[in-house]
Amino acid sequence: MSAAMENAIEVTGLRTHYGQREILKGISISIPRGKTSVILGGSGCGKSTLLKHLIGLLRPTEGKIAINGRDIAAMDEEELNGVRRKMGVLFQGAALLNSLTVAENVALPIREHARLNESTVMIMVRMKLDLVGLSGFENFYPSQLSGGMKKRAGLARAIALDPELLFFDEPSAGLDPVTAAGLDDLILKLRNVFGMTIVVVTHELPSVFTIADYVIMLDAGEVIFSGILDDLRNSQNERVRMFLERRPETRTYSPDDYFRFIVGD
Amino acid sequence: MPSKTEAFFGSVGRRVILFGRDVHYASKIINDAFYWTFVSPVKGKPVRVRATISEIVKAGYNAVPIVAVISLFVGIILALQAAYQLKRVGALIYVANLVGVSITRELGPILTAIIVAGRSGSAFAAEIGSMKSAEEVDALVTMGINPVRFLVTPKLLALMFMLPALTVFADMIGIFGGFLLSTTVIGIHPYNYFQQSVNALLVKDVMTGLVKAWAFGIVITIVGAYQGFKVEGGAEEVGRRTTASVVASIFLVIVFDLFFTTLFYYFT
Ligand SMILES: Nc1ncnc2c1ncn2[C@@H]1O[C@H](COP(=O)(O)OP(=O)(O)OP(=O)(O)O)[C@@H](O)[C@H]1O
Ligand SMILES: [Mg+2]
Repeated sequence: MSAAMENAIEVTGLRTHYGQREILKGISISIPRGKTSVILGGSGCGKSTLLKHLIGLLRPTEGKIAINGRDIAAMDEEELNGVRRKMGVLFQGAALLNSLTVAENVALPIREHARLNESTVMIMVRMKLDLVGLSGFENFYPSQLSGGMKKRAGLARAIALDPELLFFDEPSAGLDPVTAAGLDDLILKLRNVFGMTIVVVTHELPSVFTIADYVIMLDAGEVIFSGILDDLRNSQNERVRMFLERRPETRTYSPDDYFRFIVGD
Repeated sequence: MPSKTEAFFGSVGRRVILFGRDVHYASKIINDAFYWTFVSPVKGKPVRVRATISEIVKAGYNAVPIVAVISLFVGIILALQAAYQLKRVGALIYVANLVGVSITRELGPILTAIIVAGRSGSAFAAEIGSMKSAEEVDALVTMGINPVRFLVTPKLLALMFMLPALTVFADMIGIFGGFLLSTTVIGIHPYNYFQQSVNALLVKDVMTGLVKAWAFGIVITIVGAYQGFKVEGGAEEVGRRTTASVVASIFLVIVFDLFFTTLFYYFT
């Protein structure tokens, strides 16, 4: 198999800025097809920023993002919409539209991309809601759901069109361990049963060891590790070990540096 | 360290660049809004009818009571002020002309626009702004749904339709207010007042008022949407942008009023 077929996403030399600040410093990664890849890293290292580039929400300053062999960084909005049809995204806060019911939220992408009659749409919606364990909540509004239920509803919307690629931004953040484990199970099921390529951004270690096939670790805008889960466990990289062993960062200044820092020079 | 002059030109330059970006962003929203409202339905991407109706109810129908009360009072006030001057020259019957013409040409559209800017312009900014900060706008984009088409088009259609409609209503209530006061307090015979009003009012007066109202509807929607989409941070910025949208839309409504009034003065 050629590399383009093996890897669903191929990022080369990705550099991005917010204003003047460089966030991702020329990173190159590949996301294997049909597997669950986890993007790990400390707060503020640029995980969400990377994810937003992978789904075409942000445009890089430099670099290539090839999805199924085609560079999305060079596409116009219309071509990009064609690619987005094959993607599902679950945002950190689920991002359900509050003015619509759960069923209408799940129906949104279906109505947008497929010309189907109303009863077919509703059947598809009920199937997806059943899959995430939310049968019977069709007519609830997002404000009437708990955090975990919102995430499930958001997931139902993300998989409404049976995407090839599924992205999660911090799926278990803010959930209790039981609910988070339930969501991990769902992610595993989606990979095993539907063969989706899944990309998960997270910093919850237990969930990494449950769901990940492939791990990419970022630190300060650079890739410090990428490989399979076993390699991660055996990695000798100092920053990787610190993360895995949950050691706090101890920043030590030389007396001179400290003096310069506090006088603000 | 840069010299004072360098710092000065640097800060001017940055401001110009930022301003240029704002103008670019605003024109992009205007462009998108008109494209998704008028061009794309022709190409087979229909507007969201139910959302449009719901916006019409929220922005138009629900504003009826407040528009009614305010225009009634303004009609009465206008009649009183007119009578105060006209009484001295014994031309009280001209109260009807003054009330009729100033309400249809000017006060009806502008009062309605200010009420709608306060009620709906701010609501648009708050709604879009909070959706932006909750990543709901991003979610729409990743579903391949254009946020301007989804959020702005229903609002634009609603205000383009409801602002003229509310203005007609405000005109009628305002004139009725003047009628009420003149026939009771001032003692003009109802039939005379009615005749005088009908003779004074030209179709042209009413029409120019409605053209203005239509333009104000566009201004209010675009300003609200622009401020909403500019939100980057959290709730605090939503509040700030909401306030800014009311101030900016009232200001721009007045600017457009000046423009249209000048235009109509010379060309009608
Ligand atoms: N809209 C923005 N404008 C300017 N800077 C931003 C913006 N969004 C993020 N940043 C900056 O980019 C850096 C990376 O942010 P990002 O959200 O990608 O981090 P993250 O790895 O997802 O962190 P977390 O785990 O806390 O979610 C941060 O230092 C942040 O300050
Ligand atoms: Mg993040």
